Amino acid sequence: MTQENTAMLKINNLQARVENGTPILKGIDLEVKPGEVHAIMGPNGSGKSTLCQVLGGRDGYEVTDGTVEYLGKDLFELEPEERAREGLLLGFQYPVEIPGVKNIYLLKEAYNAQRKHRGEPEADTFQFLKLVREKLQMMQMDESFLHRAVNVGFSGGEKKRNEILQMLVLEPKLALLDETDSGLDIDALKIVSEGVNKLRSPDRAIVLVTHYQRLLSHIEPDFVHVLSGGRIIKSGDKTLAQELERSGYQGIIEEAA
Amino acid sequence: MNAKALSQHYAEQVQQVRDGLPAELPEWLAGRRRGAAQRFADAGFPDPRQEEWKYTNVRPIATKPFATAQADAPVSEETIRALGFEGLDACRLVFVDGRFRGEISDLDGLPEGATVRSLSAMLGDDSARLEPLLGTLAHDRYSSFAAANMAFLSDGAVIVLGKGVRLERPVHLLLVGSAGSPATWNHPRVVVQAAEGSEVTIVEHYADLEGANGFTNTVTELRADAGAQIHHYLVQDHADSAYHIGSVFVQQRRDSRVTSHNVNLGGRLVRHDLNVDLTEPGAEIVLNGLFLVGGRQHVDTHTRVHHSSPHTSSREQYRGIGQGHGRGVFKGRVLVERGAQKTDAQQHSANLLLSPNAEIDTKPELEIYADDVKCAHGATVGQLDETSLYYLRSRGIDAEAARGMLVFAFADEVLERMELEPVRTSIERRLAARLPESGAMDVIG
Ligand SMILES: Nc1ncnc2c1ncn2[C@@H]1O[C@H](COP(=O)(O)OP(=O)(O)OP(=O)(O)O)[C@@H](O)[C@H]1O
Ligand SMILES: [Mg+2]
Repeated sequence: MTQENTAMLKINNLQARVENGTPILKGIDLEVKPGEVHAIMGPNGSGKSTLCQVLGGRDGYEVTDGTVEYLGKDLFELEPEERAREGLLLGFQYPVEIPGVKNIYLLKEAYNAQRKHRGEPEADTFQFLKLVREKLQMMQMDESFLHRAVNVGFSGGEKKRNEILQMLVLEPKLALLDETDSGLDIDALKIVSEGVNKLRSPDRAIVLVTHYQRLLSHIEPDFVHVLSGGRIIKSGDKTLAQELERSGYQGIIEEAA
Repeated sequence: MNAKALSQHYAEQVQQVRDGLPAELPEWLAGRRRGAAQRFADAGFPDPRQEEWKYTNVRPIATKPFATAQADAPVSEETIRALGFEGLDACRLVFVDGRFRGEISDLDGLPEGATVRSLSAMLGDDSARLEPLLGTLAHDRYSSFAAANMAFLSDGAVIVLGKGVRLERPVHLLLVGSAGSPATWNHPRVVVQAAEGSEVTIVEHYADLEGANGFTNTVTELRADAGAQIHHYLVQDHADSAYHIGSVFVQQRRDSRVTSHNVNLGGRLVRHDLNVDLTEPGAEIVLNGLFLVGGRQHVDTHTRVHHSSPHTSSREQYRGIGQGHGRGVFKGRVLVERGAQKTDAQQHSANLLLSPNAEIDTKPELEIYADDVKCAHGATVGQLDETSLYYLRSRGIDAEAARGMLVFAFADEVLERMELEPVRTSIERRLAARLPESGAMDVIG
């Protein structure tokens, strides 16, 4: 079997809860193959961010059942940083502000951590800067952002662009973007979408969490899933998103019940 | 026997000052020293029942018979270079165990109107100028340690600037402690008088030879006249087996500006008192501080800012980091006098605990007797932010390095206010090296 036919990410009956709290994910099944773009939609509080964070390895969630395989490995055996170095990168719904740590430091540390992991030598400063400048331009971000503390004082839209900037520099195999389109103006949405489209390639996959059809007109998904009450209650192609845009979640939720 | 009574050992040293001061000492100084010796004998060492010493028990000092330093430890140019700040172009006075060492100092290129000398040299041929400056801001009744400093005065630095004189190069006071057997104590004093419109940067820097185990007991007196500017760096980078107690006294007149950077990296038992008096309108002080305590280190800082005139301002920002079994204390008092209207006083203390066994106490104290003032303070003690840590890790940065980045960033928010680049860079390196396995060293490359 060739790499193309093998799923990159295989989520099987994933159940999770907040540590010692109520269950949030109640049995998720999802397969993502290289080259694919998946969109996950669903009402507020349905568990979309929780799914992303559990896949990212955030503390405070407890997996109570099910398995997740990433590139043939048990994902839960990997620390968050190992997941990232293996190419699984998470774009945060609420990017974190880190006073005192410059954006450029973060990028460089992350970039070199990845290179080290692959047994490659660290990038020299000059080459690295050249690379980062290129990506900055794609995101239409001013160079001054490099020298500001990570996300501190960034506007909502700037934070989201910064997330994609990191993606462009780190080139993930599987990008998990949690509401990267929320809070963006129309122009920024275009820029961010173009950034994401640059990541598309036959050997990479993208999972987008979004509330809006608008993003999906820029980034055409192969699959659309509806997550509700901790389960994927319906999957389809891009027309499912259009249907949701027209008639909302209510009908689908009732149909699934 | 009174609990405070000095041990036989220290009582004998007091006796020597009373009876045995050299005959060539100016009469005014001999008198002050004898008086101080008496005060030290009367007061004894402070104990934790005294409010000001509640958090810092000086018993380890009081019970150790520190001998008078011989101050003859061999120190080479190489050693000085290694201890100093790479790339710092400064006028340099080196002291070993409190005694000035001319052969490894560098006092060239001072402008007209600037006096930068050792206290001993000044006493030799210009002592009259010293009389109004030495021990007149720092009274021996301030504390037993200030009294001991005057009584046993080792040597020190005197910086006097005439009107409008600006020193381009900073003055680096490098005070080196050595390993003694028996351990010794020394009592350096720094006296600074900046006349109207003058400006100077002083780096008061304590560093040690390997294994240093002495006790440095210092007093610094800074006077800024109208419009004068003093930038004072206090860098305490002692060996972890050394003791340090010091007081800084600052008196500021109209429109003067003083910045103080107080950085503590080393030392076994350390206490600083910074006392600032803003006596005329327009006087401004900026107090930046950082301490790192690990192992069994104990560092206590008390600042007291006295707004005794209207239209004065203070900006204070202290940060502390505790690891291992380290113990840190910050007590910041701001006193706004009746009539000191339009005072603007801001104080902030933020502290980071990296180990469950470390402890930091922070205590702001505002006493305000005027009604038209702007005063704010805040104090926090917390741990590394888990969300930030996770965010960095989610980018592929390993946990240790991520921790290092965050701790370093926390400290650097204080350090980046330092204008002297070589001092800042060197402190950043030393700080990173003292954050074991935190990965901070990688951050600064
Ligand atoms: N750490 C937590 N502690 C308590 N409850 C939590 C925690 N994390 C998530 N939840 C709860 O789990 C549910 C799912 O939250 P989640 O953030 O995954 O929703 P979402 O689908 O991303 O919503 P939105 O569209 O608003 O972003 C919510 O009810 C939320 O309050
Ligand atoms: Mg969400």
